[in-house]
Amino acid sequence: MTTPHKKLVLGTALLATTLAAVLTGCQKPAAPAAPPPAGFTPKQMADGLFVVMSSDRAVYTKQVVARLQNEAKVIKASEHFKDEKALPLPAQMFRMGAEAVAEKNPGFTYGLLSLWPINKQNTPKTDAEKTGLKFVADSGGKTNYYAEETLGGKKYFTAVYADVGVSMACVSCHNGHKDSPRTDFKLDEVMGGVVIRLPL
Amino acid sequence: MNARQKTIGVWLGWVAFLLAMTAYLTHRWRGPDRTAFLPGPTSHGHYQIELACNACHTPWMGVKEKACLDCHSAELKLANDSHPKSKFTDPRNADRLQVLAADNCLTCHKEHVPERTRAMGVMLPDDYCYRCHQETVKERPSHRNYAFNSCATAGCHNYHDNTALYEDFLVKHLNEPKTKSAPRVATRALLAFLNESERWPKKPALTVAKHDAPASVRADKETLHAWATTSHARAGVNCSDCHLVPDAQSKTKRWSDKLDHTACAACHQDEVGGFLAGKHGMRLAQGLPPMRPALARQPMKREAAHRELGCAACHGAHEFDSRRAAVESCLACHDDSHSLAYKNSPHFALWVAESKGAAPAGSGVSCATCHLPRQKSATDGVTRVLVDHNQNANLRPNEKMVRSVCLDCHGLGFTLDALADPALVRTNFTGRPARHVESLDLAARRLLETQSKQTKP
Repeated sequence: MTTPHKKLVLGTALLATTLAAVLTGCQKPAAPAAPPPAGFTPKQMADGLFVVMSSDRAVYTKQVVARLQNEAKVIKASEHFKDEKALPLPAQMFRMGAEAVAEKNPGFTYGLLSLWPINKQNTPKTDAEKTGLKFVADSGGKTNYYAEETLGGKKYFTAVYADVGVSMACVSCHNGHKDSPRTDFKLDEVMGGVVIRLPL
Repeated sequence: MNARQKTIGVWLGWVAFLLAMTAYLTHRWRGPDRTAFLPGPTSHGHYQIELACNACHTPWMGVKEKACLDCHSAELKLANDSHPKSKFTDPRNADRLQVLAADNCLTCHKEHVPERTRAMGVMLPDDYCYRCHQETVKERPSHRNYAFNSCATAGCHNYHDNTALYEDFLVKHLNEPKTKSAPRVATRALLAFLNESERWPKKPALTVAKHDAPASVRADKETLHAWATTSHARAGVNCSDCHLVPDAQSKTKRWSDKLDHTACAACHQDEVGGFLAGKHGMRLAQGLPPMRPALARQPMKREAAHRELGCAACHGAHEFDSRRAAVESCLACHDDSHSLAYKNSPHFALWVAESKGAAPAGSGVSCATCHLPRQKSATDGVTRVLVDHNQNANLRPNEKMVRSVCLDCHGLGFTLDALADPALVRTNFTGRPARHVESLDLAARRLLETQSKQTKP
């Protein structure tokens, strides 16, 4: 038969054991720290996509448009490339790629926007676009902008990268276009931004 | 009869009625006439194929959006569609999609609702552009006085096809004359194309004596004469080249007197492709019996009511007279005011002059010149001039025919004015346009403004 004193001791021991078990994870040996989830983070994914996009675009701008139009002067690049049997402008090449990607619906989207767009439909619309484009322009293209935003009830990771005028073909076309709201761009200046969106 | 027997009688009668209705509806569904199932009349674009329910509907009568693109995607691509779906799937346009779900054809185009269907099969009010383009009036002071219901109805803009209406194109065609000097339509040179593309190798011309119809087939003198004096015999195409057709069961070739468009497609696949995509062949493309003038909603000649439309209906079976196919074949069926006015029009006078040899080749204007236009195209890597047999591709809205047809002979300003004048269209362009489309004036004004800005120090 247990005495009340013994009951108190046993109860205290049980409580202490339970508390200790809870606090120490059932007294199991400490598990090694869980490895980070495999795969890319949204930021890494967006950065990777941008590297591919911007490299392809720079190659097209320099090795096709600037070389053949501005240096060798054998063919023109034109906004109306079909009618004028000319090369698509680098920005059009980029947009056509973005539309072809959108048709395949891979989950992410991207586009080319500007605070000084020739086509007003490419003016920043969402808060992330407005803040991001201003941020990358103010930083002179040195820093990217990342944000999360909710559009149409869905959450997105949105990355904005500076779009820099890498060739005089970009600069002179924008400065001379009748619909351009800005006509004093200089070489290597930020002219707009690439916006990449990944669903979260 | 007691109450119980009465109840059983009523129930038996009801079950019999249901069975009879089920049998009747099943019979109608499986039969060629499914009109009993139509929820309402279809639009002018689809009435011919309204009984091919599966073309647009899922088995449980849902609507397949893909069905629109199955038939229209090539045309939209060619028109460099100004509002493709891919423009609207970007999440940044989610707010716009709330206002107007422009990523879905069915937002603007619905069927079986004639009370709401307007021009071009559009259901929305004419001012739909306002929903996304409100800023235009702020950015372009020149547009301030135009109402939003006039964007797409005044000859200035088109939702899908702006290839003849965009500003730089207008600027390029400012101050053009009404009619260009020495206008001509392109020469077809079909045989040269068939030879070069190896669809039909070069062969010596044939004569009546060399025809290869078997003795069991009665080839009468007139038929042989018609064949021997026209293009097929000249290109070395013999009777068996068309009349030996593959037999689906034996998988060998057998002689057939009754040929359909598939026989022609062996060499003329692009022309037949256009025919099947257009008003004349769209029923065949959906597996329905051929179109007949009796089925048309437009006025048609009574005597032609039961003529079935295949290649031979317009081209003839052996004489293959393309000039007849370009005018008389059309007028044998079409009985609307535009068609009836053709023979009093300046276009017909040019056609007659060319036919008589009094005017240069290619200077005449037939029905086909405008409605089955000659287009530069590339097939099998060989460039050619193709007669586009899909008249739907440049029919409505009529600005679609500006580049493919009108500009061959006329200036852009005159063209836009003429096409915008329905009365002039009815008289087959006999007279001068009574309407004026202002888009060229606006483009000219803006050009001057831009130039003066650029020349200012």
